[in-house]
Amino acid sequence: MTPFKPVLLEAVGVPDGHSIASYKSRGGYAPLEKALAEKQPVDVVEMVKSSGLRGRGGAGFSTGLKWTFLPKDHPGPIYLCINADESEPGTFNNRILMEDDPHQVIEGIILSSYATRASTAYIYLRYEYPQSWHRLQAAIDEAYAAGYLGKNIRGTNFSLDVYLHRGAAAYICGEETGLIESLEGKRAWPRIKPPFPAIEGLFRKPTVVNNIETMACVAQIARRGIDWFKSIGVPADPANPRDPGSYGPKLYCLSGHVEKPGCYEAPLGITARQLIDQFGGGVWKGRKAKAVIPGGISMGLMTESELDTPLDFAGPGKVGCLGLGTAAVVVIDDQTSIVDFLHNSCRFFAHESCGQCTPCREGTSWSLRMLERIKAGQGRLRDLDLLLEIGNTMGMMPGSTICGLADGAAWPIKNAIKKFRGEFEDYIKRTNPSGWMVTDPVPALQIVGAH
Amino acid sequence: MIAPKRVLTDEMVAKIEALAPRYPNRRALTLPALHIVNAELRHVPMEAVVEIAQVLGLAPAEVQDTLTFYQFFHQEKPHGAVRAFVCRSVSCALRGGDHLLEHLCRANGIPPYGTTADGSLTIEPAECLGACDFAPCILANDDLLKNMTPEAAEAELKKPRARAT
Repeated sequence: MTPFKPVLLEAVGVPDGHSIASYKSRGGYAPLEKALAEKQPVDVVEMVKSSGLRGRGGAGFSTGLKWTFLPKDHPGPIYLCINADESEPGTFNNRILMEDDPHQVIEGIILSSYATRASTAYIYLRYEYPQSWHRLQAAIDEAYAAGYLGKNIRGTNFSLDVYLHRGAAAYICGEETGLIESLEGKRAWPRIKPPFPAIEGLFRKPTVVNNIETMACVAQIARRGIDWFKSIGVPADPANPRDPGSYGPKLYCLSGHVEKPGCYEAPLGITARQLIDQFGGGVWKGRKAKAVIPGGISMGLMTESELDTPLDFAGPGKVGCLGLGTAAVVVIDDQTSIVDFLHNSCRFFAHESCGQCTPCREGTSWSLRMLERIKAGQGRLRDLDLLLEIGNTMGMMPGSTICGLADGAAWPIKNAIKKFRGEFEDYIKRTNPSGWMVTDPVPALQIVGAH
Repeated sequence: MIAPKRVLTDEMVAKIEALAPRYPNRRALTLPALHIVNAELRHVPMEAVVEIAQVLGLAPAEVQDTLTFYQFFHQEKPHGAVRAFVCRSVSCALRGGDHLLEHLCRANGIPPYGTTADGSLTIEPAECLGACDFAPCILANDDLLKNMTPEAAEAELKKPRARAT
């Protein structure tokens, strides 16, 4: 097998790789010119649909299929929103793409706008990425000057404006309807679906929300073709007619207790162990992994013995994780307390719950308070069952919340307690020798000012 | 009668208006307007909220509702000349992020979210800064401080920095 050569990360380390001149010298924008000259929008939709590209933002929904949900012959406007609110703990692949190869992203945006007949695209960028902001704005200016953006692009009747819109440090803006509400100038409370954004989205108009890496993939599919894309990754399982497969290259973010943290490109389906050993230089300090987050903290935990799970769209689910998520792999070594990990996870979600749905608002903050109490040496074995009860009842899957934030908050709780229950029990018994067996209700140690 | 003192300068209003053609309605200018004011004043006082609402043709309550949702905007008093976001999410925490935050707060004599008496520095805990390859990290104005040790971070945060854009 020939070694895999990075495509999405081609520009990383190239001097001035973020400039339009560098991008064009690598073959960029030629596919766009060709598409505008030879293809109808519906052909571009068909190309992306048949490539099998699944959205890289976390949910893994077919990108081409999402585009076909837009109403036919709509008078417009139709909007494209690019989700660059990358806030999932452990995830930074979009930052690398925006900083090192912004034109790849912009070419994908132009192609996607052409396909969806959008004449305005908003890039919703998180506040924490000032460098991305400057690089993207410079690249957008270059693209306007080169005639790839603006009125009547390359002499066609296709016009497109791309605008950067900055967030203000709220995780929930990564949820597509939260993003839309935020863009409209409101609090980022996710909307009840249906109607889905394709029917009624931004400013109540048909809207597609796609991720930055998805846009880069669209640009590469246009350049290298469907067959190239489908030759990489994990084919659809013939025994499962509902499996759309996991095709294409993927950016994996490796961080935590590894020797060489970084963003690495590999075919979908690489295992966590391969990623840690071949790219990450192994677990740091010669230690062993205790647990690994497969795709951002909301996907839960894999144990050491589950590290040979392929990280494709179907893999992590087979070992009880929520899914591939953002493919952000975080390694936790064997010297780390899983109680500390779960406390960190609960603190994050208690802070980031938007407060709209009661089960999430209360569930995340009470799970944090319980973890605070356990860490303070006043845990009881019964708390583990209470935590599981919270985990099992908040979220879209049990049907108690509008968006998936609560599912993401629940998964680390459920995985940690189910897979590491012994460690929690030992910790509670050791730190609360006189009270671990109590089952009466207890008041929280203190009110945690989470919101 | 003395005209009430305006908080928004003509320059700020011009910056807001320059963005207006990008959106089909003026409410979408709320976040950009808050950022424009915050970049200048380092906070968005209530008077500014009222004036932003006037500029955008909204009720002040609508602007205030949005502002309070995002913890990003201080309202009572300005944040420091350097605003340091210290990441406490999982990848940084695994490499000493919480320790870093504690050390910096103690070294500067302020609690988390606090500002030094001379107004030079604000330290805020942050959720994932998206720089886990450089954990533990700090975002100080527009500068990403990578692979920080408590000592290095303490020295870095003493340096003057260009304001956040």
